[in-house]
Amino acid sequence: MNLLTWLIVLPALSFFLLLLLPKSMSGNAKYIALGLSLAIFVMSLGLLGPVLANPGAPSFEINEPWIEQPAIRYHIALDGLSLWLVILSTFLTPLCVLISWNHIKDRVKEYYAFLLLLEVGVIGVFASMDLFLFYVFWELTLVPMYFLIGIWGHDRRIYATLKFFLYTMAGSVLMLAAILYLYSLTGTFDYPVIQQLLASGRVALTPHVEALLFFAFFIAFAIKVPLWPLHTWLPDAHVEAPTAGSVMLASVMLKMGTYGIARFCLPLFGGAARQYAGPIAACAIIGIIVGALVAMVQPNMKKLVAYSSVSHLGFVVLGIFSFNQQGLDGAVYQMLNHGVSTGALFMLVGMLYERQHSLEIKSYGGVATVAPHLTTLFLITTLASIGLPLLNNFIGEFLILQGAAIANFNWAVGAAVGVILSACYMLWMFQRAFLGKTPHDVAHHVTEINLREFVAVAPLVILMVWMGTATQTFLPSISGANKIVLEQTRPANVEVAHHNAR
Amino acid sequence: MPANFIPTTADYLRTLPEIILIVAGTLLMLLEGLAGERNRKGTGPIALVAILAAFGAAFLAGLDNRGPAFQNFLIIDDFATFFRLLVLVVGAFSVLCSMSYFERENNDTGEYYALILFSLVGQCLLASSNELIMVFIGLEISSIATYILCGFQRDDRRNNESAIKYFLLGSFATTFLLYGVAWIYGMTGTTKLDEIGKLVADPRAIDTPWMVAACCALMFVGFAFKVSAAPLQSWTPDVYQGAPAPVTMFMSAGPKAAAFAVFLRVFTTGFSTLGESWMPVVWISALLTMIVGNFAALTQSNIKRLLAYSSIAHAGYVLVAIAARSEIGTAAALFYLASYAFMNLGAFAIVTQFSRAKERYVLVEDLAGLSQRQPVTAALFTVFLLSLIGVPLTSGFFGKFYIFKAAIDSKLFWLTVLGLLNSAVAAYYYLRIIVVMYFHEPGQSADTAPAPAPGISITMWASAVMIVVLGVYPGLLLRFATISSFLPK
Repeated sequence: MNLLTWLIVLPALSFFLLLLLPKSMSGNAKYIALGLSLAIFVMSLGLLGPVLANPGAPSFEINEPWIEQPAIRYHIALDGLSLWLVILSTFLTPLCVLISWNHIKDRVKEYYAFLLLLEVGVIGVFASMDLFLFYVFWELTLVPMYFLIGIWGHDRRIYATLKFFLYTMAGSVLMLAAILYLYSLTGTFDYPVIQQLLASGRVALTPHVEALLFFAFFIAFAIKVPLWPLHTWLPDAHVEAPTAGSVMLASVMLKMGTYGIARFCLPLFGGAARQYAGPIAACAIIGIIVGALVAMVQPNMKKLVAYSSVSHLGFVVLGIFSFNQQGLDGAVYQMLNHGVSTGALFMLVGMLYERQHSLEIKSYGGVATVAPHLTTLFLITTLASIGLPLLNNFIGEFLILQGAAIANFNWAVGAAVGVILSACYMLWMFQRAFLGKTPHDVAHHVTEINLREFVAVAPLVILMVWMGTATQTFLPSISGANKIVLEQTRPANVEVAHHNAR
Repeated sequence: MPANFIPTTADYLRTLPEIILIVAGTLLMLLEGLAGERNRKGTGPIALVAILAAFGAAFLAGLDNRGPAFQNFLIIDDFATFFRLLVLVVGAFSVLCSMSYFERENNDTGEYYALILFSLVGQCLLASSNELIMVFIGLEISSIATYILCGFQRDDRRNNESAIKYFLLGSFATTFLLYGVAWIYGMTGTTKLDEIGKLVADPRAIDTPWMVAACCALMFVGFAFKVSAAPLQSWTPDVYQGAPAPVTMFMSAGPKAAAFAVFLRVFTTGFSTLGESWMPVVWISALLTMIVGNFAALTQSNIKRLLAYSSIAHAGYVLVAIAARSEIGTAAALFYLASYAFMNLGAFAIVTQFSRAKERYVLVEDLAGLSQRQPVTAALFTVFLLSLIGVPLTSGFFGKFYIFKAAIDSKLFWLTVLGLLNSAVAAYYYLRIIVVMYFHEPGQSADTAPAPAPGISITMWASAVMIVVLGVYPGLLLRFATISSFLPK
């Protein structure tokens, strides 16, 4: 068992430990959860060294048979593409425990147990190198999130959680069909082997079949991202989820979709991916603009942030489908940025909710006078989310726009509109909620941020600055892995057809 | 009289499970008569011991005493052993749950257990029959016992409705099967499956191929009824809803598996050369069965009825495996039937427990807030439901996975995609039960729910353990299923 396996096993053990905790000790559940998730985070830092040394090659690889027939392997590995996403997951989990500290009073140990089960799922998704294993973890993430939203969510939680589960499941069964088809062609679920077989032409797909397989995977991922027009589950899920659920959903689970596209869709079905890049980029740009416009008119803060996610994730998809180093680097960087800044936004909105018990923007106002520190943190996060230089999102969006401009200048123009719009809706919300006169009830209820809450948000704010200024910490490893992804992505099918005709 | 007409010791040993069950069943009936009014209770353990003994005998026969019995009328191969063991396990757990059920209903009589044992005899015969008359006899023994079981609570109107519906429709469907048997005998002069298989494959032997196809169709009707495949599924919800809960549990897992066993054997050994012709029929039936089962289940409020529709849908998945017409497909079907049996045993054990006297609490809504009153029961139910949905790390997932893999291998792409989408639809109604248990506030029915009786607890835990173990190490069962999937063509 290597470190990466431990990172999957330990949260799983913690899940069982918390679930089996005697009722009399359920008051201690949060301490146990915090301790365990912190320990897991510290352990995950041990992943950094080997992967950073050689980001393009798989590290921490384990390739053991799990089931003989059909040959399913426990094949996990980590490279520069997945490393930071795993760290992001382990990093956010203790923060999510902190943020739920006083908010969760009902069925406490189950709550933290599900949070840790979610961690198992997401780390598994990012580490899997066997398509079957990937699918197992992919589906596994649904269960804890289903309960997190369904039990501890807000009023319309049941509708939201069912919609979330069914939407995702409908997409992922298509992916399962495609995985099974690939297995019948290649006789293996092992991703690197399949990639090799497809790349070397030993297993040849006709363009038609490749397109079908590509879309079977892509739709599953696009629902998760969520790419316009498949995004409608997201605002419901976000609004109804408890704060920690929103944070994990936005910061980590949405990345499963974009990660899947970059990891699997491109190297496996590069031809089809390039062939259909135009329509997909169009969807991404529509998502950027529509998401931003809809965010602007939302009276509900969580819904606003949710639509802003649709908009930001549109950037990521656009970056991936520009098929160049800048675009892809920007996309992966933006996945992390979005995880950090939107995670922080949801946490801060959650704090406001705990005080005022409302998510409506109009029930706030002048919070800056009563809670200046909270407001400062919110402002930095807002500015980061807008893409202000020296903060993290700027780097990601810049690289994506650059990549998009190289691929097709019009794409960059369309996407740039979204950058402007994001400033509008974020600042407008900030202005309405935090500035101006302080109504009486706001002054009465909204108190200053406390130490525990500060400890939960401050690391994210530090990261925003760090990722905005010291990109060298992160980008080289990401680029190293992306280079391999791009090398593996074949040219478009149309060109192949041309070539053959000549 | 030819010498080989006299049964040998091996013949008896190979059918020892059936013999044990018949003897025990008859003994139970006699005991009941002798015991008088007062001491009729508590005959369940006797039945349980008989089933366990039969299990042991079936196991030993499967281990090192395989082969034909009674002039090849029966055949104890790995396939038969698999199903014999499966139906006996189902029988044992059903008896365990029935004991507490009928004690509660104040109707704990030996007659009931005798009927269960006779039904098991029929199912074991079905699993091992290699000849069409035996198929018919097995089917009738199993069915007639089940008809009576469905109406076992004589004072309950729903029981009566269930029994009479099942009896009338079931006998009608069986006549189709019998008619098919008669025709094929008329054409080939034999009822033995292997000989039929050879004659059907030989174009010179049969001068009216369409008649063979008609025989196939007639038999398909008979089998499709028993496995509740569309368009012959309409009896299932009424019968499952009306029958006593442990009987429904028994019916949905045991007789169904046995019917699938004989379905597979007849169509593989007898009619595999006609596969091209019957495959489209199975294809359409599989799709219809999945769609009817899943979409009708969406709106059910009675949990027994919901599980009845779900069992229709699951029969559809097994039909997908049959449509694949390959050994991988057969192995997938075996794996699926076994794993489905455990999910159903578990789910119905909870329903049996929760329904309480006269089955008053059988609505989905009645489960509201169960997770807060009985967290363990709710958690186990969740495991069964997740397995029925097909979430990874449960046996239900691997069951579906193997079936659709077999379908892809046989190039049934559309059936795979449509089937998988169906399973996404199915998630809705299973999740609804979880929603009610976990997300709703406890109502009066959850507050007053009694703690599970020992027999039911054992069934719940054993099923859950099997589901999770097979969900992580499906190879344990799949290896057995793969060995057992060989049927001579």
